[in-house]
Amino acid sequence: MPLVTYRDALNQALREEMRRDPAVFLMGEEVGVYQGAYKVSRGLLEEFGPERVVDTPITELGFAGIGVGAAMAGLRPVVEFMTWNFALLAIDQIVNSAAKMLYMSGGQVPIPIVFRGPAGAALQLAAQHSQSFDSYFANIPGLKVVTPATPADAKGLLKSAIRDNNPVVFIEGEMLYNTKGEVPDGEHVVPIGVADVKREGTDVTLVAHSKMVGLALKAAEELAKDGVSAEVVDPRTIRPLDVATIAASVRKTNRCVVIEEGWPVAGIGAQVVDDIQREAFDWLDAPVLRVTAADVPMPYNKHLEKLAKPDVPRIVAAVNRVLYRA
Amino acid sequence: MATKVVMEALSPTMEEGRLVAWLKQEGDAVSAGETLAEVETDKAVMELVARSDGVLRKQLLPEGATVPVGTLVGVIGAADEDISALVGPSATASAAAAGAAPASRQPPAMPTPAHVGRIFASPLARRLAAERGLDLGAVTGTGPSGRVVKRDVEAAQLAMASAKAAERLPQATAGAVRAVRPREPAGVASAAATPAASAVAAPAVPLAPPGGYRDVPLTQIRKTIAKRLVQSLGPIPHFFLTTEIDMERAADARTHLKSLGDAYAVSFNDLVVKACALALRRHPAVNAAFLDDRVRYHGDVHIGMAVAVEDGLITPVVRHADRKGLAEIAAESKALAEKARARRLTPEEYTGSTFSVSNLGMYDIDEFTAVINPPEAAILAVGRVAEKPVVVNGAVVPRRMMRVTLSCDHRVVDGATGAKFLRTLKLMLENPLAMLL
Repeated sequence: MPLVTYRDALNQALREEMRRDPAVFLMGEEVGVYQGAYKVSRGLLEEFGPERVVDTPITELGFAGIGVGAAMAGLRPVVEFMTWNFALLAIDQIVNSAAKMLYMSGGQVPIPIVFRGPAGAALQLAAQHSQSFDSYFANIPGLKVVTPATPADAKGLLKSAIRDNNPVVFIEGEMLYNTKGEVPDGEHVVPIGVADVKREGTDVTLVAHSKMVGLALKAAEELAKDGVSAEVVDPRTIRPLDVATIAASVRKTNRCVVIEEGWPVAGIGAQVVDDIQREAFDWLDAPVLRVTAADVPMPYNKHLEKLAKPDVPRIVAAVNRVLYRA
Repeated sequence: MATKVVMEALSPTMEEGRLVAWLKQEGDAVSAGETLAEVETDKAVMELVARSDGVLRKQLLPEGATVPVGTLVGVIGAADEDISALVGPSATASAAAAGAAPASRQPPAMPTPAHVGRIFASPLARRLAAERGLDLGAVTGTGPSGRVVKRDVEAAQLAMASAKAAERLPQATAGAVRAVRPREPAGVASAAATPAASAVAAPAVPLAPPGGYRDVPLTQIRKTIAKRLVQSLGPIPHFFLTTEIDMERAADARTHLKSLGDAYAVSFNDLVVKACALALRRHPAVNAAFLDDRVRYHGDVHIGMAVAVEDGLITPVVRHADRKGLAEIAAESKALAEKARARRLTPEEYTGSTFSVSNLGMYDIDEFTAVINPPEAAILAVGRVAEKPVVVNGAVVPRRMMRVTLSCDHRVVDGATGAKFLRTLKLMLENPLAMLL
């Protein structure tokens, strides 16, 4: 299988879906002539023309609304936000229009739209541009929230998202765009709502999505040197959440650490812990611990920023605690 | 409220402990989890930790004294609290007596901590204890605030089993009763692939899942065999199978590997461990244990290797040896042996083997028989590798040969079963390339 970057895997998915279905179009700031702020839409304007690759003004609420309207009219828009930080301006269209329309029309008006773009902290982008909004959108009935960690999952899940008849919030990782992985050529579709065991293990389950999967795998490697066998479960989709796979893993390992890039209060990890305590109570040998961002706006200072983000040592320390080794 | 500090069972088989040194003095502030003293168990020097916050008010045991598990050795309380009720004359007297006369040893009871009110236990520990008919109150919790966790339930069950076994079997090789506690990553390709040239068919026993085991109730004939053999031979009816292995190719392979650099150096024993592990995969009937009313077939292969220490021997465990490469086995064996000699092995490192290897080749022993390490079903005794005149194709030539003897528990392993295992082992060691398959 060819090695492809996360960025190009997304490009493949967009290109293949736009070829497959003329109703699919891409819209957002700098997606056309500039070929995307992160070059995800490279070459698409050339192939599909300005009617299907639409450069918009800096008006998130406006073009998100146009997207919802286009979906109501039967098109399948993919709306790119340069980052999810800017999508806050469009949250009314996402939450009040896209997520509600099917319900409020009595099932008559589906909204097959994908809102996509990067989220989370990169490096020293300061408090307003270093945020994870996974949990915000996961809170909303009517939305699906997809958070791929690998190039293959990025491609397969974006194709599923575009084909889905519901609004999908597709959250990419700025620091993931350059990562490489094996990606199947052509038709590769990953179903929404199915977790993936990224590494098998017997002693502890690490639940992590998006960028945190890489950290969890590194932590698992560290732990292996210490004789601890960690299983890494990547939900891939945080709404709907594949509780069955997570609970099955915890029933096997008896211990769990949940990792997320976002803040601790009402974070998606809290939801995961809630599901685990209900579905695997009699198999738990220790309280489930979480590793999250610090409960503060992201510091600009390099050293403080590092301390505010989840890292491998904190994951290892949490694992040692659930194993009663520390 | 003042709490008692008692001698805890720090290893699954610990019955008494010698207080090596107090690390906290009377009047020192301590917090839960901090080390109070070093205690020498039957296996290693371990740490006795505080179970509550406060001040170490009283040391009731002098350094060097040996007392049974459960004995009061100190008191933690608030700085100004009256602890006379805990430090009664009887407590001090018994501790003093223990210090003065370590020779008069009481058989220890199961650790019986005085639980007051609610017992803290993880949901899993509660379920396991209920399933196994254990009284949670009789289990010493090692989690935070004395929470009983999975490993404590397992240790308590093993301690009970070992107390029973010890009554019947004072001369067991290493004595440690083992639990299967898989700790290595699963998901590695199974080494059980059958090579095309498999001359040896595995006996029909149920496949056990990786990381677990499968219990098979004894059939009537098995029960009768077990009963009659015990009558005739003792608690474990041993029998012995010896074979001679041509180590020429193995020795060459070893020399060749060594010439590639230190990172490639492996000992004959490492080769034997690896070959045993692979042979056990193919002969799961030997990777088993006799448990009174059933035979337990293990799903994992953990090899115990007997290591001589100053005053005895101990068998640290190379876990999942069937899935590990030779270099990994070599590095692990070396590290474990060093830790064993320094008496710094943790219980996890010397329990849980499913088969053992004892090697006296370095003492120039040609061949010997080893005593089974209960509850395992077999142990391999390995002699030295030595040049001998051997007839090959009608001519007498010098070959490097090694004799091994498999001691088998006849209640589990029959002669033909053991012989087939040895045949596979011999095939592996005489053709080291076969271990790659």
